[in-house]
Amino acid sequence: MKERYPDVTIETICRLLIPPIQLFALYVIAHGHYSPGGGFQGGCILGASFIMMFIAYDIGEVKRKMQEKLNTILCSTGVLIFAGIGLICLILGANYLDYGILHNILPVHQAKARALGTLGIEIGVGIAVTSVMVSIFLNIATAGEHEGEP
Amino acid sequence: MKFFAFIVVLFTGALLIYGTVDMPNWGDPNSPPNSHVSPRYIEKTLEETATPNAVTSVLADYRGYDTLGETTVIFTAGVVCIMLLRRVK
Amino acid sequence: MIWQLDIVFLILVVISAIAAISVKDLLSSAILLGAYSFLMCLLWSEMGAVDVAFTEAAVGAGISTAFFIGFIYQTTRRTKD
Repeated sequence: MKERYPDVTIETICRLLIPPIQLFALYVIAHGHYSPGGGFQGGCILGASFIMMFIAYDIGEVKRKMQEKLNTILCSTGVLIFAGIGLICLILGANYLDYGILHNILPVHQAKARALGTLGIEIGVGIAVTSVMVSIFLNIATAGEHEGEP
Repeated sequence: MKFFAFIVVLFTGALLIYGTVDMPNWGDPNSPPNSHVSPRYIEKTLEETATPNAVTSVLADYRGYDTLGETTVIFTAGVVCIMLLRRVK
Repeated sequence: MIWQLDIVFLILVVISAIAAISVKDLLSSAILLGAYSFLMCLLWSEMGAVDVAFTEAAVGAGISTAFFIGFIYQTTRRTKD
């Protein structure tokens, strides 16, 4: 990365803009049942807000708040949530990713159980996409040489 | 060389436009994608999955295995980026 | 679907695509690709495919423009040919 020139305009604008963007991204993930949106779009917006933070501030400073190890673990946690919900359905006796069977362990009827299973995998996709986008940007924009603990 | 590439682009574009001649009209209710499986999804989505947005219910519920593959592709892209590029001093 | 609006969007899409591949400055090219994605998003939402339009706006106009700006830091800003 080239050396960084601190700029008060960019830092102030980012400090004002990032919290509404993150709130909107969480809204898009959670409200995907009723309006356009879902895990992939909301994860992309959430990842873009973290990328904005990395562009505006010092990379080492942001990495202290958002550790690389935690980010890499979150990458695989998202896919694990998705595959794990499918595996729970398989253990309970239905087909893989057939969420209707979840009404045996949740206090709702069958159609609502399918909606809750959909919400669970949207959250998994959102976590995976967010951390993968941040990781790809960080590794390519600095050619893999960002300082800090691994 | 640039002229040759321009000819190739023109030829491919003409071939694609020729391919769209046989496609059904926009919003045609009798076209094959609109007549076999779409009406069933549109009619049964709300009572079977309690999800008002039919696109989300098709993507995440009826075709959930497809979305699992898509998420795996993104995860693989991130892991390959880390493995190829990351250098710890 | 309003065909006058459609024609205006399609002409703007073609203009921004040709400008994105013919401009010499790579940063302008990235911004023009973002404009292309946003016009495609308007076209999708005008045709009624709101979910596809949302994906196009989030991925095409948001993430990939940020990625291109990050990648240009690693290379020269002017194209060679």
